[in-house]
Amino acid sequence: MRNILPKVTAEHPATLALERRGNTLRLVAGGDWIVPEAPRLDRELSHLDFSGARDAAIDAGAIQKLDSAGAWLLLRSKQAMERAGARVGEFLVPEQYHPLLENLNRAQGAAPILGPRGPRNLKEYLERIGRATIHVLQQGYGLLSFLGQITVENLEAITSPRRELPFPALVHQIEETGLTALPILGLLSFLLGVVIAYQGADQLRRFGAEIFTINLLGVSVLREIGGLIAAIIVAGRSGSAFTAQIGTMRVNEEIDAMQTLGLNIAEVLVVPRVLGLVVSLPLLTFYAGVMGMIGGAVMCYFDLGITIPEFMRQLEGAITWQTVLVGLIKAPVFAFIIGLVGCYEGLRVERNAASVGKLTTRSVVESIFLVIVFDAAFSIFFSVIGI
Amino acid sequence: MSDPIISVRGLVNVLGGNLIHDHLDLDVMPGEVMGVVGGSGTGKSVLLRSIVGLNKPQSGSISVFGAETSTLSPIDMRALQFRWGVLFQEGALFSSQTVTENIQVPLRRYTKMSQRLMDEIAAMKIAMVGLPADAGRKFPSELSGGMRKRAGLARALALDPDLVFLDEPTAGLDPISASHFDELVRGLQQSLGLTVFMVTHDIDTLRATTDRIAVLVGKKIKIGTIKTLVHDPDPWIQEYFAGARGRAALGA
Repeated sequence: MRNILPKVTAEHPATLALERRGNTLRLVAGGDWIVPEAPRLDRELSHLDFSGARDAAIDAGAIQKLDSAGAWLLLRSKQAMERAGARVGEFLVPEQYHPLLENLNRAQGAAPILGPRGPRNLKEYLERIGRATIHVLQQGYGLLSFLGQITVENLEAITSPRRELPFPALVHQIEETGLTALPILGLLSFLLGVVIAYQGADQLRRFGAEIFTINLLGVSVLREIGGLIAAIIVAGRSGSAFTAQIGTMRVNEEIDAMQTLGLNIAEVLVVPRVLGLVVSLPLLTFYAGVMGMIGGAVMCYFDLGITIPEFMRQLEGAITWQTVLVGLIKAPVFAFIIGLVGCYEGLRVERNAASVGKLTTRSVVESIFLVIVFDAAFSIFFSVIGI
Repeated sequence: MSDPIISVRGLVNVLGGNLIHDHLDLDVMPGEVMGVVGGSGTGKSVLLRSIVGLNKPQSGSISVFGAETSTLSPIDMRALQFRWGVLFQEGALFSSQTVTENIQVPLRRYTKMSQRLMDEIAAMKIAMVGLPADAGRKFPSELSGGMRKRAGLARALALDPDLVFLDEPTAGLDPISASHFDELVRGLQQSLGLTVFMVTHDIDTLRATTDRIAVLVGKKIKIGTIKTLVHDPDPWIQEYFAGARGRAALGA
């Protein structure tokens, strides 16, 4: 439906003829010289040969309708004739189109200036690589200084008796980022539990060690996967929302308005979001772990015939409070990263709509990237200290 | 007398439970510049949006170029859109494209012009609306508000429409830019034979460009020239034309 276009045609098809009499050229035009006819006229005109004449004339007196596209084609032909060395003596157009031609003549000399094209030679490629490298470094530096600023602001918000924590905003953010994420996160964690239990049981059955499926499930979900899946979902749901919200505020000049009113952007916009996330992500991580266990238990019951009390007993032996704690302790760090990146990218939005989309994408990619990098760093750290 | 280009009969618009337009009638004749004024919230933009089909009225009929817009098939509507151009308040340029590309969007959509001809036509339109030649390769975010409006006008004129809608073309411009814009509209209107439907607040613009004025007041519409409207007893119209700013603009 969308691509059906009406056939817009001229009432009187445009006509065009070139007469050559000795040294004199005469371009005779008639009909409707308007936009729908312009592509055809353009093609026909470009095939004409104006060379070898001393005098030329354009007779468009028989034109019935002329618009600026048609007028431009006439003017262009005139210029082409002059370039070919002819003197254009007569330029006849119906009376009522004189103002249009005058207007175009005034706008003359406007050679088309085209947009920037891609790089063409090696030097320009090198320049682009250099520019991109500097950009990445600046990005890292900017994020780092933002980290410092937000850390200070957050600590002050919590500890300083002078300042009040923006409590309603904080609660709102916890609801937005935490409570509303429960259905999707619950479903996904449950399914992940099912998948891990099924795959684990499949492999371990070969050794007759099906019961250890529960150990595998408990350790992997509670220690790693629960936290990761929660962080990734929150980065996709809330980190992107932070960037889009703050970015749109930037486009609407709301951020500028706040600044002129003496409001502290970090305190008003960033602290509630980051702190809200720091509160809600550990809770979500715990919830994801529980849902993953339920999914695993269901799978174990149907696939391996392990009853729920058996499952619980095995799980109790497989994990310690340490396992759960290791999973949970990473959550505030992930939350801080996601909130920080989301707000930072939002504040970098420029005042156009495309920028909001671009930086929202970047915010999600960056925060998931950093979450996984930090998760790996945590793994190394824990193995070094022997947990 | 020829048939009106725009003909509105019994237009009723209700927005958010509020009655905005109560059976409006309005005719715009070919080749005239019709100005629409009214206080904030009287539905000037809603009227414009109803006519171009962005807003579905509660009841009433709107015909443009003799075609009833509400009953048109999508394809006939496109044929209609080919014949009009709209300049939105902030220009509504596509921010991911340069000015030249913006102007070429309608050309690309409706015609099969060669890239060279499209480049030439875009350059011509840029010059026609009084933008410097190098504005063509700039992005909207690199232009000032006045330049964005000119670029928006260039895009509205890309297909050489018969009818142009302007939504507050001079709002937010300084008086000098605004009066240049008025001259531009008037000049283009005369040389291209345009019919212009213009929503505005600016009494200078009204005086400089319009042939007739439609005043939206009390959910109704009053149409006349500046000369006749000055004598209208309606308090809002009186205040509008007789207020200090109005008097200064009318040179009374």
